[in-house]
Amino acid sequence: MASPPRPVRAAPERKTPVDNPLDNMDRHFIARGAVRCSTPKFLLWMAPWAALLVFGLYSAALCLIKGLNQTNMDNRFAFGLWIFLDLTVIALGAGAFFTGFLLYILKLDELRSVINSAVVIGLVCYSGAVCVLAVDVGQPLRAWFTFWYPNVHSMLTEVTFCISCYLTVLAIEYVPIVLRNRKLRQVPSFLVFEFELHKLIYVLAGVGTFLSFFHQGSLGGLYGVLRGRPFAFREGLAVWPSTFFLFIISAAAVGPSFILLTTWLVQKITRKRLVRPEVLQLLGRISGSLLAVYVLAKSIDTLIWINRTSPETGFQAWQYYSWKPFGTWILVAEIGVCGLLPALMLLAPKLRRRTGWLVSGAFLACAGVALNRFVLTVQTLALPTLSFDRFLSYTPSWQETGTFLAVVAYGVLVYSFSFRYFQLFPQERELKLEARQVEEERELVGRY
Amino acid sequence: MISANKQIRAARYGMTIDVDRCNGCGACMVACSVENNVPPAHEGATDRKGLTWIRVYKVDNGEEYPNRRTAFVPVMCQHCGNETPCVHVCPQQAVDVDPSTGVVGEMPQRCLGCRYCMAACPYHARYFNWWDPAWPAGMEKTLNPGVTPRMRGVVEKCNLCHGRWHAAKEQAAAAGKPDTEPVSYVPACVEACPTGAIHFGDLNDASSATAKEAAEPDSFRLLEKLNTQPKIYYRSKKDWVRGIAAAPRPGGAGKENSRG
Repeated sequence: MASPPRPVRAAPERKTPVDNPLDNMDRHFIARGAVRCSTPKFLLWMAPWAALLVFGLYSAALCLIKGLNQTNMDNRFAFGLWIFLDLTVIALGAGAFFTGFLLYILKLDELRSVINSAVVIGLVCYSGAVCVLAVDVGQPLRAWFTFWYPNVHSMLTEVTFCISCYLTVLAIEYVPIVLRNRKLRQVPSFLVFEFELHKLIYVLAGVGTFLSFFHQGSLGGLYGVLRGRPFAFREGLAVWPSTFFLFIISAAAVGPSFILLTTWLVQKITRKRLVRPEVLQLLGRISGSLLAVYVLAKSIDTLIWINRTSPETGFQAWQYYSWKPFGTWILVAEIGVCGLLPALMLLAPKLRRRTGWLVSGAFLACAGVALNRFVLTVQTLALPTLSFDRFLSYTPSWQETGTFLAVVAYGVLVYSFSFRYFQLFPQERELKLEARQVEEERELVGRY
Repeated sequence: MISANKQIRAARYGMTIDVDRCNGCGACMVACSVENNVPPAHEGATDRKGLTWIRVYKVDNGEEYPNRRTAFVPVMCQHCGNETPCVHVCPQQAVDVDPSTGVVGEMPQRCLGCRYCMAACPYHARYFNWWDPAWPAGMEKTLNPGVTPRMRGVVEKCNLCHGRWHAAKEQAAAAGKPDTEPVSYVPACVEACPTGAIHFGDLNDASSATAKEAAEPDSFRLLEKLNTQPKIYYRSKKDWVRGIAAAPRPGGAGKENSRG
């Protein structure tokens, strides 16, 4: 006869810092079932980033008030760190539109567990880029001129229109995430609004995908159409140079990688399981597949450029790489080390199952796209076109760097805030319960 | 006033610059700045941040003494005639080509200051106002009332002395002449050049001296393979000078310096 099971010992209760009134108030905003650090600890985490943001805002204010003479850009280096940052964050933020496309249009339901996080990342990246652009232009108050006197032949007009529209879409997509907050849900009208808004999500995903395809492409087109800069100029289809298509593919490839990377990082920092490993592996597989397509397309494009496009404009491609430090190593790094290698790493199922390889592959993919944007922005402008002109170098000023860091700090702050108060990872609660169940089972097994 | 049935013939204003005559004195740069209200360099401005609508480059043949030869090449907006690189990139139509003259114009009042046109220009002939324009006390009295000074945060460049062209048009209108007759003005740089190296005229008018000079075998244009079809022609009888029109030499081999 089996002995009656002993009563299961209750799990030790987590200490709630009810004595701290701030904590007591704060915990009502945290999603039910989610465990977050204490309020003082959270504020301690936010403080250095807030300080960095203040420093960055001061730098940006100097540029706005005193003018762009505060930067180290000049008549030759008309673009610098900020444009590089814009191009890179917009590519990395592409995860928002691409995940939305895969989830809502292609019905890849596994990605539901990261979609909220992807939306926040997208919003941070795009809004950060727009803010930096506002500092970067000489007359920010004239930004509306682009809508009033648009030059339909300019890639920058396309970029401005699409980014403005897509940022609005992202803001609308962010609203339901905010309204699902535990406290805000108590307001019935918010709940209804969120429900109604959520019905639009498929439309928003479709519109977002359409807009993103165009602005990612037109960002590439910005350089590809520069027939006066043979290093950047590319042939293409109709009015679109090849860089238009390469930017779309590369952004779609690294978007999932960046979500993978940030999710892994958040898991590490918070020491919590937020998504199932299979989701990260799926993101890696998607990223790897697209990266492989990108590497192939980029290689073909480079060969055409070396053998036809560039020589036709009077420039032999090898000449570009004779100006140090931009040797051929940069081409090898871009296509090989940060293109082909991560594609193989992310495509191999065995490697993908190991977190180290998966994360390294995603990191290399992101680094590759950043390098590509750097090359197009900085190398293009550094290279002389006139035979009697010099090769120039450029180092950003502290004001430029400060403004750059402000975007990073802003991103961390918004993401941290969203992670604490909104449900960015719907699987978190489920995984926590599973973990507790496993723990209890282990305990039971240990007892008997 | 132009009569309604008068056939308007589009002009193509351009220049020829005889590099063999240019001694690099910089008078064209000074005259240009005075004429077009280009402010003096701000404290802290470098040659990379300064404003000058013409930049005189000093070039050499790369040889050592005694075979070393030097020349000066004034470079201003080349007023590209084919798919003008700066025009089609400007997001708010602040750059345009005047169909009646072929002059590439810039509207500072509409410029956003995005500097995309500067990145697009292969001749590095566009300049940004990094500072507020300022003249030393008293010097503002010398400003040309026919040209609007530009504000901080916008791009500017050579417009073949648009102010002078406008004045010439007004004079022609006052005299009852059609304003499309052959060029009746000269830009400030042409007037100021002590060696007469710069000539200005209508390249569409085959009888003009400028058009004839542009058609000479010793004339060339910068970066001709880009097919931007600039309207600024350079002339030299020296092969090595004509060679500078091509693409840049690879890094390390070139010893050229620029001056401006």
